[in-house]
Amino acid sequence: MKQITPIFKREFLGYFRAPVAYVFLVSFLVISVSLAFSRYGGFFKAGTAGLESYFVFFPWLFMFIVPAIGMRLWSEEKRSGTVELLFTLPVTTLEAVLGKFLAGWAFLALAIVLSFPMAMTIAYLGSPDWGVVTTTYLGAILMGGSYLGVCSLTSALTKNQVISFVLSLGACAVLLFLGFSSFTDSLEHVLPLPVADALANFSFITHFDAFTKGIVDPKDVVFFLSLTGFTLFLNVVALER
Amino acid sequence: MIEVKGLVKTYGANRAVDGISFSVSRGEILGFLGPNGAGKSTTMKMITGFIRPDAGTATVDGIDVTADPVAVKRKLGYLPESAPAYPEMTVEEFLGFIAEVRGFRAAEAKRVQVDRAITLTHLSPVRRQTIETLSKGFKQRVGFAQALLHDPPALVLDEPTDGLDPNQKIEVRSLIKSMAATKTIILSTHILEEVEAICTRVIIISRGKVVVDETPAALRSRQPGARLDEIFRSLTASDV
Repeated sequence: MKQITPIFKREFLGYFRAPVAYVFLVSFLVISVSLAFSRYGGFFKAGTAGLESYFVFFPWLFMFIVPAIGMRLWSEEKRSGTVELLFTLPVTTLEAVLGKFLAGWAFLALAIVLSFPMAMTIAYLGSPDWGVVTTTYLGAILMGGSYLGVCSLTSALTKNQVISFVLSLGACAVLLFLGFSSFTDSLEHVLPLPVADALANFSFITHFDAFTKGIVDPKDVVFFLSLTGFTLFLNVVALER
Repeated sequence: MIEVKGLVKTYGANRAVDGISFSVSRGEILGFLGPNGAGKSTTMKMITGFIRPDAGTATVDGIDVTADPVAVKRKLGYLPESAPAYPEMTVEEFLGFIAEVRGFRAAEAKRVQVDRAITLTHLSPVRRQTIETLSKGFKQRVGFAQALLHDPPALVLDEPTDGLDPNQKIEVRSLIKSMAATKTIILSTHILEEVEAICTRVIIISRGKVVVDETPAALRSRQPGARLDEIFRSLTASDV
């Protein structure tokens, strides 16, 4: 497992060696903040010193933005042939998958944490509940991990980054829409009720919502972590086949 | 040192490698010849543990690659065809990464290994340049440096002189020759004169099977007076 460190380091610094990191960080922050200040977010109209109106867009934003980080994880290695280099070095597939995933996750967490001026803003305007703010950030990072796990898996399936992006987007969209009653209602017409019910539990939104209200429910934490773990397991299988 | 036993690999209906067996001992430089698509690269990828054989196995220093691939990878230096490397890294950063994965974690040990590899492959003028900006010859040498970095007992080189100019070819050949005494080397090539210049043994494969396994001198004496490429052609004529 100690081989994870050099792989993590190379991958994480790799974001900053290309303009990718800066373009990503800036556009993520600009888009997320402007959504909160827009009339759909109603950051000021809400009249509370909280970050709900900022984080409410995260499940949506992640649907587009996490595939942008995830698509290069494996597709790029396959396209450029470096995958052959990586897997003839003394590393196991699991170490490589974890190293690269953790690097992407750390980068995503960095993007999320860089929104701290929003927290400073609410602290200036009122007296926010720091407990709620902390759990919201925790929830966003956990949810980001699950999104990234899905994207890492889809990226291992193809050497084409565009296909990888579209597959990731599709998979994330399904996991997101499962939380909407209109979507699950139409599922209930096609599938048996218990199956549709079970599927509805896989929604990112339902599990993320509790965090934004200051609740850290073990079942939500377990949901995100197990979804991440499962997709990474499939990722290893996909690479070893 | 390297022993290959009945390797088989099938892609769809096409049997790329069909029961290849041979062994190479320390001090030998084995030239691996064959027409394009004969299975040279596939065989090398199976020896280095990148792809899993459908049947058969390869052992390096007695370690079976299908049983313990990571241990085999520790012993081998491998230059894949067209020398892939991370384009956005500088030569130094890239070799530093390889050194860390190869277990040279301490700053000093890492620096020593990287410097050694850079000196051996004459990369000092470009050590701070990103790999994407390098010419084909330099890229090839970066791949070479990466394979040599941990001073492995065995080297597997897939077309090491491909894309180099005549001067660089001679330089790479003399480098390979200078390491031969203490290492086991397998290299694949299209260039027949290269085999004569540096290899102590030659294996020609055609349609996934070994058709020749002898010394370059014995190969030449098959058809006295004929050029090597004529002999090569008559041996692999079935593979078009």
